[in-house]
Amino acid sequence: MSREEIVIGGFGGQGIILAGYIVGKAAAIYDKKNVTFTQDYGPEARGGACRAQVVISDSQVSYPYVETPSVLAVMSQEAYTKYTPALRPDGCLLIDEELVKPDKTAREIFAIPATRIAQELGRAAVANIVMLGFLTAVTKIVSTEAIKKSVLDSVPKGTGELNMKAFERGYACGLEKLKAAGKK
Amino acid sequence: MRQLAGEFFMNGDIACAEGAISAGCRFFAGYPITPATEIAERMAERLPEVGGLFIQMEDELASMNAILGASWGGVKSMTATSGPGFSLMMENFGLGIMLETPCVLANVQRAGPSTGLPTLVAQGDMMQARWGAHGCYSVIALSPGSPQEMYDYTIKAFNLSEKYRLPVLLMADAAVGHMSEKVVIPPPDDIKLFSRRKPTVPPEKYLPYQPGADLVPPMAIAGEGYRFHVTGLTHDERGYPVMTAEAQDKLIRRLVGKIEQNQDDIIEIESDWLDDAEVVVCAYGISARIAKFAVERAREEGIKAGMLKLVTVWPFPEQTIRQLAKKIKAFVVPEINCGQISLEVERCAGGAAATVLVPHMGGGVHRPETIVEAIRKAAR
Repeated sequence: MSREEIVIGGFGGQGIILAGYIVGKAAAIYDKKNVTFTQDYGPEARGGACRAQVVISDSQVSYPYVETPSVLAVMSQEAYTKYTPALRPDGCLLIDEELVKPDKTAREIFAIPATRIAQELGRAAVANIVMLGFLTAVTKIVSTEAIKKSVLDSVPKGTGELNMKAFERGYACGLEKLKAAGKK
Repeated sequence: MRQLAGEFFMNGDIACAEGAISAGCRFFAGYPITPATEIAERMAERLPEVGGLFIQMEDELASMNAILGASWGGVKSMTATSGPGFSLMMENFGLGIMLETPCVLANVQRAGPSTGLPTLVAQGDMMQARWGAHGCYSVIALSPGSPQEMYDYTIKAFNLSEKYRLPVLLMADAAVGHMSEKVVIPPPDDIKLFSRRKPTVPPEKYLPYQPGADLVPPMAIAGEGYRFHVTGLTHDERGYPVMTAEAQDKLIRRLVGKIEQNQDDIIEIESDWLDDAEVVVCAYGISARIAKFAVERAREEGIKAGMLKLVTVWPFPEQTIRQLAKKIKAFVVPEINCGQISLEVERCAGGAAATVLVPHMGGGVHRPETIVEAIRKAAR
């Protein structure tokens, strides 16, 4: 039984929960997998630590939470510090390189300036979608077609084009990083 | 967009709202509270699309009363809340029991007492569901463990409330309410719905609280030509107050009896691997799916473990527990409280099998390993 566990961490207002929902929907509805998406957040409306957890499995998901993530994407230093220790040894770590300064680690890290790219596109709010493009290219955990559909389903009307641009920028960056790392 | 059909990726709260829409609910009155707010939000958005009405009330007391009134106006109605709001709704929940008013009250449980952990899971209101209003009565409560079950059980809750004429409780929790999974919504024609039986006698012969053989009285709707009177006071078949022990005896025995007499129709359980089981894990809601995971692991270790999931927690499946108790070593009951349903299991097991509570004080769910360890110990 294959069980992939994805964690996306950051702080409230970055679209972390929406990013998790988009991955979950892509895998569940368009890739036809068994998926559970859960979210953690505190009582604060914005600024508090938050985490999206997505479990993707070949069989029914009975235990709905992530124990040892196979993919971890972090967009805050706090999330990096908190969630990296649980990452599987062969797990994939993705960071927003301008928001996370990793400590010295032997682990391979895939870094992208997601927030800066989003700002270049005119809206910092799409940093989460840049990160999703990056995550999709690097991990291939969901099909590109599925996640694009899911992004379009989930973002506000009239922002589809911007979000697709954000996705493509992240995706292209992911492919480059993979190439640099000598992987396909 | 009217009634949805197809496959959706939605959280449990939204699935509950869609279940209500599918069940024919067209009135929602509520007061927002985490982690149940998304039910109200979704209903506020969806009800106008299907010709229904949403009202945000001033508080939970009014919310519960408003849905009772809507039901007497002939509309299927519901409200949704969590711990502190559930406490406030208890008084008028009791009124709904006394007036025999079909409606649904969803409690997306969070950790208490008091404000507790507003965003985090617990199952601490299971006994409050049973006994939270004053007096003597019976209830029906269902406990969903996934968004799909939030959808399905909400429909069941409406059907049971219409059939047996009482407010039915949907005892969900923060974990299920805020978890998203695929939810399959069938086309409207494929959904079995039950609506309250209406009087068939001429208006002059109608007695509002004269029950049929199932102990449930047909229900007239305001404005359809039948005269009726409803009161929270003890009443006779006419609905008029009668302040005697005899009237109380007759009424309460019927209110309790209509659930007891029909429990084979009401009670629903799901079971796995019970045939050769020596240890049976009895659980409900979110805990049931964690428990099933634990039972699967125990089976892999060669332990004869079985799973009993309570779809309906109230009325409690006494007979099932009694019969199982005769042939197994122990029940293991994981619940996110310090022991509520385990007391019922222990009572019904009557000493024939041990009952092992695996408590969790709330704010999270059990780690599967904790349940597996309890199964191992119980199997020894």
